[in-house]
Amino acid sequence: MNHFPESWGRPRDDIYGTYNPAYLQSTGPKAHTQSPAVTGTSVIAVKFNGGVAIAADNLASYGSLARFTDVKRLRKFSDTAVVGFSGDVSDMQYMDRLLESIDIRENYSTHGNMLNAKNLHTYLSKVLYKRRSEFNPLWNHILVVGFDGDKKPFLSSADLLGTTYSAPHLATGFGAHLAVPILRRLFPEDRPTEDITKEDAVKALRECLKVLWYRDARSLDKYSLAIITEEGVEIKEDQRLENQSWAFAETIRGYGAQVV
Amino acid sequence: MFRNNYDNDAVTFSPQGRIFQVEYAQEAVKQGSVVVGLVNKTHAVLVGLKRNAEELSSYQKKIIEIDSHMGVAIAGLASDARVLSNYMKQQSLGSRMTYGRPIPVDRIVTQIADRAQLNTQQYGKRPYGVGLLVAGVDEAGPHLFEFQPSGMIHEMVACAIGARSQMARTYLERNLEQISTSSRDELITHGLRALKETLSQDKELTVDNTSVGVVGQGATGKTESFKLYEGQQLVPLLEVLEQSDSAETREEETMEVDS
Repeated sequence: MNHFPESWGRPRDDIYGTYNPAYLQSTGPKAHTQSPAVTGTSVIAVKFNGGVAIAADNLASYGSLARFTDVKRLRKFSDTAVVGFSGDVSDMQYMDRLLESIDIRENYSTHGNMLNAKNLHTYLSKVLYKRRSEFNPLWNHILVVGFDGDKKPFLSSADLLGTTYSAPHLATGFGAHLAVPILRRLFPEDRPTEDITKEDAVKALRECLKVLWYRDARSLDKYSLAIITEEGVEIKEDQRLENQSWAFAETIRGYGAQVV
Repeated sequence: MFRNNYDNDAVTFSPQGRIFQVEYAQEAVKQGSVVVGLVNKTHAVLVGLKRNAEELSSYQKKIIEIDSHMGVAIAGLASDARVLSNYMKQQSLGSRMTYGRPIPVDRIVTQIADRAQLNTQQYGKRPYGVGLLVAGVDEAGPHLFEFQPSGMIHEMVACAIGARSQMARTYLERNLEQISTSSRDELITHGLRALKETLSQDKELTVDNTSVGVVGQGATGKTESFKLYEGQQLVPLLEVLEQSDSAETREEETMEVDS
């Protein structure tokens, strides 16, 4: 694989022959807003008894280059919600500015900011859907955690198309493939959320992040973790993965320097 | 012909610092039939006296539901009230669409106040000729706001606007303690009694000329949707009013005997 962006996602030359560059658009409308540039990888979150825990690593990649290693992808909104962003980092910053202005506007009212995580998720999904309908999507997949109007723990996702869904545990990006199966085994459907303690949830998230660090080439061993409970939001932004074991790596075949 | 030279538009101050067009608009509110609003710890109630233009016509609507958590009572030009209430309906629907939440009452009241204020500062515009009482609930509890054509808003515990509303305000001031500790049904009765105070000798409250709107927080903390009582639905409410009134007169009679 070469590392020029124009060959990403295209058939390999050594197998399919040289790519005909005539297909590459050299004129025409601007298209750089329609694909991500600097990206963050998975965000994972788990509901537990009395709250929600969410985690994401601190990496922003530029293609396959690990470009920024101290990017905080969990954003606190007032004291009521945390939004975890994967996908384009500049679009994340744009959405963060939207959230900031909403927070300021809400705080002008007599009773302060009364928007909960559910309201916020509805709003963000509408923003995402509006932008995809303009063929200018915000290239993000987000998880919103906090509490809903009935003071119950809330966890829901919205993607760049404005599609929304929720579950007791969720992950975006690579995590949707690697972390969700682990979380499903740890917290099967018949195990009620009320049985899961905060410690269980945090331990599971750390485990998932470790697996992602092993297997997702766009991930990092530095991560942020946020826990939201009735008491408020607790964000730890400079966490490190511990007790790694790379013993399994030797047994992997199929790529790299080795000859099968 | 003119009262003075400073009332030809709504943007010119008089040398005394008054804006006459705005004051005239406030007169329009005083011409409208009376509406009363009051709140206790859980509920907000609107009560209105409806007028019919002539014997054969229908009665003018006094209370309008904006959303399931909010309603307004109007005094003044009903057509101006329609413009404002339609705007409020749009705004609260917009909030439900974008955030999935009922719009906070103080927010929407501020929005109509901003709109009304603009009409007192732009050349060629005229102020709204209507006063509103906005009753609603949000996460912070029940609220009652008074809105005036000048763009002035106040949060109130009890209020009355419209013709002869001073009588109702006097009643509300005298019974403020009871009102704030009353139950939902007692609050309605207080509202009706305040309304009754404003009536001239030859008139009384009937199912045709009365209108009651109630909104509040139910026992479980859930919003009890805005409910408009009109026509036959008013019969039990008016009966309760009558009973409590006769109980009061009996009490007064005994007191006279004592002295």
